[in-house]
Amino acid sequence: MEAPKFNKTNAKIVTLAHGGGGKAMRDLIQDVFIRDFFTEDTGEMEDQARLEIPPELSGARLAFTSDGFVVDPLFFNGGDIGKLAVYGTVNDLAVGGAIPKWLSASFIIEEGLEVETLRKIAASMRDAALKAGVKIVTGDTKVVARGAADKVFITTSGIGLIPNGVNLAASKVQEGDVAIVNGFLGHHGAAILQARGDLMLEGEIKSDCAPLGDLMAVAMAAGVVRCARDLTRGGLASALNEIADACGHVIELEEVKMPLKPEIRGFCEILGFDPLYLANEGSLVLFVPQQDAENVLAAMRGHEFGKDACIIGKAKLGNRPQVEMKTAFGGTRIVDMLVGEQLPRIC
Amino acid sequence: MRYMDEFRDPTIAKALLKQIASLCEEIGKTRDEPIYIMEICGGHTHSIFRFGLDKLVPKNLEFIHGPGCPVCVLPMSRVDDCVEIAENENVIFTTFGDAMRVPGTKKSLLQAKAEGCDIRIVYSPLDALKIARENPDKNVVFFGLGFETTMPATALTIIRAKNENIANFSMFCNHVLVPPPLRALLMDEKMRLDGFVGPGHVSMIIGKKPYQFIADEFHKPVVIAGFEPLDLLSSVVMVLQQIIDGRHEIENQYGRVVPEDGNKAALDAINRVYEPRPRFDWRGLGEIEYSGVKIRDEFVEFDAEVKFKVGYGAGKGAGREPDDLLCGEVIKGLLKPVHCPKFGIECKPETPLGALMVSSEGACAAYYQYGGRREHEVA
Repeated sequence: MEAPKFNKTNAKIVTLAHGGGGKAMRDLIQDVFIRDFFTEDTGEMEDQARLEIPPELSGARLAFTSDGFVVDPLFFNGGDIGKLAVYGTVNDLAVGGAIPKWLSASFIIEEGLEVETLRKIAASMRDAALKAGVKIVTGDTKVVARGAADKVFITTSGIGLIPNGVNLAASKVQEGDVAIVNGFLGHHGAAILQARGDLMLEGEIKSDCAPLGDLMAVAMAAGVVRCARDLTRGGLASALNEIADACGHVIELEEVKMPLKPEIRGFCEILGFDPLYLANEGSLVLFVPQQDAENVLAAMRGHEFGKDACIIGKAKLGNRPQVEMKTAFGGTRIVDMLVGEQLPRIC
Repeated sequence: MRYMDEFRDPTIAKALLKQIASLCEEIGKTRDEPIYIMEICGGHTHSIFRFGLDKLVPKNLEFIHGPGCPVCVLPMSRVDDCVEIAENENVIFTTFGDAMRVPGTKKSLLQAKAEGCDIRIVYSPLDALKIARENPDKNVVFFGLGFETTMPATALTIIRAKNENIANFSMFCNHVLVPPPLRALLMDEKMRLDGFVGPGHVSMIIGKKPYQFIADEFHKPVVIAGFEPLDLLSSVVMVLQQIIDGRHEIENQYGRVVPEDGNKAALDAINRVYEPRPRFDWRGLGEIEYSGVKIRDEFVEFDAEVKFKVGYGAGKGAGREPDDLLCGEVIKGLLKPVHCPKFGIECKPETPLGALMVSSEGACAAYYQYGGRREHEVA
């Protein structure tokens, strides 16, 4: 379909009028969002998106997920709320073995937000969607009074296609399976804390914000993948605890194998954080049978988002499902779920 | 990573553990009961569990977790006082994050915040002063908490508030001192202690001398220690060696940080702003003479206890603690967290009944987080 003629908005800041359903709203949506999100197969501008499943994936199951984004600040080293909103939902689809295809994006905007800021976010979402191979096909905009939201909140929902025969599940992890992560941990959480400036720590820690659909496809092509999880809020520790509970095994990690950069270790030491609980936005853990580990690892290392992939531990039999860490000098400790830490809004 | 990895070297750790094993064996020849070493500081408790040291030492060596977690020894009534201050109209109450979830008898600061109080987490008392400067029409109160380690920073903040005449700033002072509760513990007939691993960062301020009475009057060894695993292990070696030699001295393993006489500038700031309180209540330990400090009259306009008439400012001491909680026994080291009937059942990090389960330096939280549950379930 040919690109329609988009109306323009002259507004500098978003006001309650932009949420009123009238001309101001139409112009804002067309100028800021649809202009960026429009693609050749956007289709007719109806009240709903109409989606075609490509013939080569006929019979595929649908994966469907939704996530809200309230990060503060909106822009940080390595990303912004828009990029996060796209990759967050894309990654939730990807770790289920789905090929991410379509997203919705709903914006709750606090009056007074600069239209320019919104444009930057929309442009970032457009670029992220392109990179992740998904289309933003529907959405919504609401404006609320000052104080009723903080600048802008975004909710994205996503649909992906799970090819026939793919069925990843944490309950499938077996004794002896190896845990692989795709790279260094803790960068998103640390980047956000740094960007907020409360801690007055200077540094160059950059969020790891990245789409993981392609990396997942590469890993699954190289060997059997039993399950995967992205390591967002609660970090590696929380994801592994969920997996341990689902499969009933002990997951044993080795402290010396944890992929942690010195800047993250230093950041955590100063603030008393455990990097295993810090959020990531482009990291995943996957479990593969021992005999496939080398193949999967090699394939992942050939991908831009997997070049630092490494084995961090394995699943083993135990009296109760839990995550254990072998410390550098032979001690063991339990790595528990995160309990309500006082952290600012990170995603 | 420098200044970190050197103190976590597995080869050296193994050598130290071997040394500890042979020293414990030697002591074990002359006695049947275990060797009890108290690590006073909550930071040490955390390190012991984080690095799994408790599981690496011989069975006849037991760590007794001391009262050195400032949040944990605070009576619940002081949290109630915080809530009472925060509930005043026009107050911005500021606190370190780890105090937010500590239960009072009625509610925690986190609950008070959810109910509408303006309670903000700060990372330094100077942040609270900044909030006061930016909100001249509000009363900004800082929850001053901690042992000698944090006292210089709050003292300097109060001096600055006075110099800049920031009249809408005040502090609710809950600072406490390390040596007085140690004396109280040593006087307690139920306590069986063979030696102490002394606090590192407190000693950085106060130096070695304040512990001398432990050696002179109670004939127990003290080794001031750093927080890395090798610091702790070599301090344990030093304590055990003193026991074998029949010595009782105050030794300093943490020489890279702790000067023998402490930090004079910090002590001067503390003495200028604070004076000892005749009495202060400790959770589990009760009232201990001269164990806390209050803001001197020269700075009384910054004393939230006076300004808002709470706590000792209202003539009140600590209220009664709930009868059915055993936190006090744990603080004294008489009860292991896993042997408390509420541990891991009613009292968990997500639903803490006492501060020991809240603060990362609390013995119960350390046990729970790093593996104590397993023992509990077996027992």
